[in-house]
Amino acid sequence: MNLIISNASGQPIYDQITSQIKGLILSGELHAGDALPSMRALAKDLRISVITTKRAYEELERDGFLVSIPGKGSFVAQANLELVREENLKQIESRMQECIALAAQSGLSLNDLCEILTILYKGE
Amino acid sequence: MNAIELEHVSKHFSTFTLDDISFTVPMGAVMGLIGENGAGKSTTLRLLLGLARPDGGEIRVFGTDNPDKEHIGVVFDECCFPETLSARDVGRVLASAYKTWLPDTYAAYLRRFQLPEKKKIKDYSRGMKMKLSIAAALSHDSRLLVLDEATSGLDPVVRDEILDIFYDFMQDEQHAILMSSHITSDLERICDYITFIHQGRIRFSEEKDRLLSRFGVLRCDETTLRALDSAAVHGVRRTNVSVEALVERERVPASLTVDPVTLDEIMVFTAKEA
Repeated sequence: MNLIISNASGQPIYDQITSQIKGLILSGELHAGDALPSMRALAKDLRISVITTKRAYEELERDGFLVSIPGKGSFVAQANLELVREENLKQIESRMQECIALAAQSGLSLNDLCEILTILYKGE
Repeated sequence: MNAIELEHVSKHFSTFTLDDISFTVPMGAVMGLIGENGAGKSTTLRLLLGLARPDGGEIRVFGTDNPDKEHIGVVFDECCFPETLSARDVGRVLASAYKTWLPDTYAAYLRRFQLPEKKKIKDYSRGMKMKLSIAAALSHDSRLLVLDEATSGLDPVVRDEILDIFYDFMQDEQHAILMSSHITSDLERICDYITFIHQGRIRFSEEKDRLLSRFGVLRCDETTLRALDSAAVHGVRRTNVSVEALVERERVPASLTVDPVTLDEIMVFTAKEA
C-alpha cells in the first residue's frame, strides 16, 4: 500500500490518508478483508502523530470502508457496491462541475460539452 | 488512564512564578511542552518528577501522587553520568539502582546506537551522550518517558534516529512521552498534543492538528487588520511595508487569504502579544 502525504498541500493530513485509502479500495488495489497497518505503525511510517492516523481510520470506519476488530486490527470492509457506486457518482458530479465552470469561462455551450463527452466516451 | 495529570499547579520563586498549570497526557499519547527559555518548562518537569514541591495544586503520574519511579525514564539536556565511566560501567551502576533494570535491552540499545561499550563518556560526542541517556532511560521497563530539551543541539541525522526510537516506544499504547523544547523541530511530528507555556502560565494546551488548523497567518495592511474582529487576532508583527497577524481562521472573512502556520510562528506571535 502506498500513501503519499504532502505537508505543502492545504489538505489536512488525515484527509489525505482517508481519500487515498478510499481511492485504493475503489480502484480494487485493496480488497475486502485486507489488513491495514495498525494506527501506531502507520503513524511511524508516515512520521505523523497517532491522533492523526486514528482520526483517519475512524472516518473510514464511519464511512463503511474499514472495520476495526479490537485486538486484531483494521481491515478493508466487505465491498458494499452501493456505497462504492455512490462514492464514484459523487466524484463524477464534482468533476463535471469543474468541467462546467471551465466551459463557462471559455464560452462553450451545453451542446458543445455533450459533444466532447460523447466523443471521449466512444473513444473516437 | 492518564499518564500525567497536573491540576492548578503553582510554584513561587523570588523572581519567577509558575501559575495555575493544568494539563493532561493520556496513556498512548505524546505531549510536546513548548515555550521560550525561562518560560517555566523545566520547573514544570521538575515538579512532575518530584524534584521540587509545588506550592499548590495536584500532580498525578500513572494516576497516583506517589508513582513508582522505576517506570519513568528521564532524559535531561546534559548527560548526567560521570564522565570517567564507560557505557558498560553505567549499565552496572544502573543495574543496582533499578529493580526493573533490563541488561539485554540496554545492550541492544548500545548496539543499535553504535555506542562503544568501553569508551569513556568524556570521549563521546554530544549526540552519543544523548543516545546513551536515552538508552539508559528506556532500559528499566519505562512506561513514561520525560525529556527536557533533550534534542536541542543535535544534528538532523541523530534527531531522525531518535524520532524512530520514540515511534518504536510508542507502538505500545500503554506508553506515553512528555518532551519539552524551546525549538519546535521535526521531533514534534510525533506529538499528539502541544502545551505552550509563556511567562509561567499556560497559553494553550490542545491537539496539535486542531491547533494548526485553527490558526493561520494573515498578511495584510493596517486597514484590513483594523476591520477584523479583535477576538480573531492573537498577535501582530508589523514592519514598514506590511502587517502579519496570527488569526483564528473561523473568525476572519473567507475572502482573505490565510496561510498555514507553524508551531514556531504560533510561539513567536503569542509571545509578542503578551
